[in-house]
Amino acid sequence: MSKKFLSGNEAFAEGIRLARPQVISAYPITPQTIVVERLSEMVEDGSLKAEYVHVESEHSAMSCAIGASAAGARAFTATSSQGLLYMAECLYYASGGRFPIVMMNADRSTALPWNIYGDQRDSLSQLDSGWIQSYAENAQEALDLALMSYRIAEDKRVSTPYMANLDGFILTHTYETVDIPEREQADRFLPPYETDNRIDLENPKNMAFSAGPDTNYIFKYKEHEGILASREVIKETEKAFAGIFGREYTGLTENYRTEDAEYIIVTLGSIAGLCRETADKLRESGIKVGVVRIRYMRPFPNEEIAEALKNAKAYAVLEKDISFGNEGTVFTNVNSALKKAGVDVKGYNFIGGLGGRNISAGDIEKIYSDIAEGTDSVNFIGIGGTGNGK
Amino acid sequence: MKEIIWLGRGGQGAFTAAKLLGAAYTIDSDGKYALAFPSFGPERRGAPVRAFTKLDTKPVADRSQTEKADYIVILDDTLYSPQLRELLKEEGSIIVNSKNAIDGVRVFDAEGIATQFRLPTVNTVMFGLLIGLSGVVTQDNAEEAIKGYMPEKIQERNVNALLRAVQEVAE
Repeated sequence: MSKKFLSGNEAFAEGIRLARPQVISAYPITPQTIVVERLSEMVEDGSLKAEYVHVESEHSAMSCAIGASAAGARAFTATSSQGLLYMAECLYYASGGRFPIVMMNADRSTALPWNIYGDQRDSLSQLDSGWIQSYAENAQEALDLALMSYRIAEDKRVSTPYMANLDGFILTHTYETVDIPEREQADRFLPPYETDNRIDLENPKNMAFSAGPDTNYIFKYKEHEGILASREVIKETEKAFAGIFGREYTGLTENYRTEDAEYIIVTLGSIAGLCRETADKLRESGIKVGVVRIRYMRPFPNEEIAEALKNAKAYAVLEKDISFGNEGTVFTNVNSALKKAGVDVKGYNFIGGLGGRNISAGDIEKIYSDIAEGTDSVNFIGIGGTGNGK
Repeated sequence: MKEIIWLGRGGQGAFTAAKLLGAAYTIDSDGKYALAFPSFGPERRGAPVRAFTKLDTKPVADRSQTEKADYIVILDDTLYSPQLRELLKEEGSIIVNSKNAIDGVRVFDAEGIATQFRLPTVNTVMFGLLIGLSGVVTQDNAEEAIKGYMPEKIQERNVNALLRAVQEVAE
């Protein structure tokens, strides 16, 4: 293990180097660019043996990754924002074809107004595309997820593509100390990709076919089953990861001081750290607060969230997203989890950080006090409530 | 937690200095943590740039821009304004690269030192001045960071400039 001072993008690229993808299709877009730049340097200096394909668009980047995966190769690509939206058509081909591609997405706002800064509206708009979606908090977790992603995606029970999300700039461009595992450890953790779901001249089969009304929905059911199976595989993978690398992760969510918490913020991504610090500060003055960090939006942690929130007096969902005309999508998902579990706790939605706007410690403190007093259903940090249920 | 704000113009290497400080602080100890990040956005030569370094003995969870700094290091004196004091902690101080005295501010002719070592920018000189004044990292760790994170052909000149700057403060 060696320690290095790296950005989130660089750490993720180190994780991908250790995962030995055989094909990388690359189209740069801010704030993802550094990842594909570092990978091209690694291919150039021979420390990563991969076919590096410069493509003409994100649509082609994903098409290329699908082709590579269909040939039995481990494939990687990365994108962000408009790029993710441009390749959206192909996301469904990848998931429907059960190709375990890994893609990094640097979470960034979507136009218009045009903006390169971080929010999560790009990836959350693709929750229904059939991809596993993780959200890292820091550069170390980003590197570790890069390694774990292939093992999860390629598991035969899962066979589902994996989108690893990193908050644009706040995570992708922030430098911190990262432990880089040894090559030998990584190889022990992640064996080479082997699959029957590939073009094989000795054993020809029909791939990427059409299916009519009778069978189509059975394929969709199987696809759903695959992504649900990743719940267990994520746990197993994290256990194996801890065994080799000594770093432990907590599955689909990470709870912080929630056991006896009366007020809980549910959030995702890099803002979770500031939420935990604020929780510590409020705890010192006797206010019982906690944080649930969602690590995976798909598969969604229904049971985990219901369990963490069931004894709270109120919760807030803090997200960098808005589904215009309704509420934040994470809030919708969290509410559904509680309803299914029969948990009746008052919840509020806080939208913030859109287009990269700063969320301060003061903002987080105010969320805790607002939900203790009661507020509108949906609130825009720094602007105000939008009325109950309106 | 110690927080440092770096001010420079695009191309002067303010962010490189912010990174070197973070790398130096964490280079030989497991119990030390740092974050370094620029004011995010498109990079333009000559445009004002801010960079931030946060140093602590526990993981730094707050990734937001520093609101109260221990030190503000300014690579270009045209970027100095008295309002910057609002970004300082009570006991904090401002270090400026300038040939002219500025009231209530530590001023050094960093450009003069950089020129001696044929360096086009003052970032490692300002890093050295900060170390000399604050002791936030050791000279050895700073040297190691330069050797670990700067291109080989400019390492020696930068190390020498840094050491000269540390000495400058001692004098």
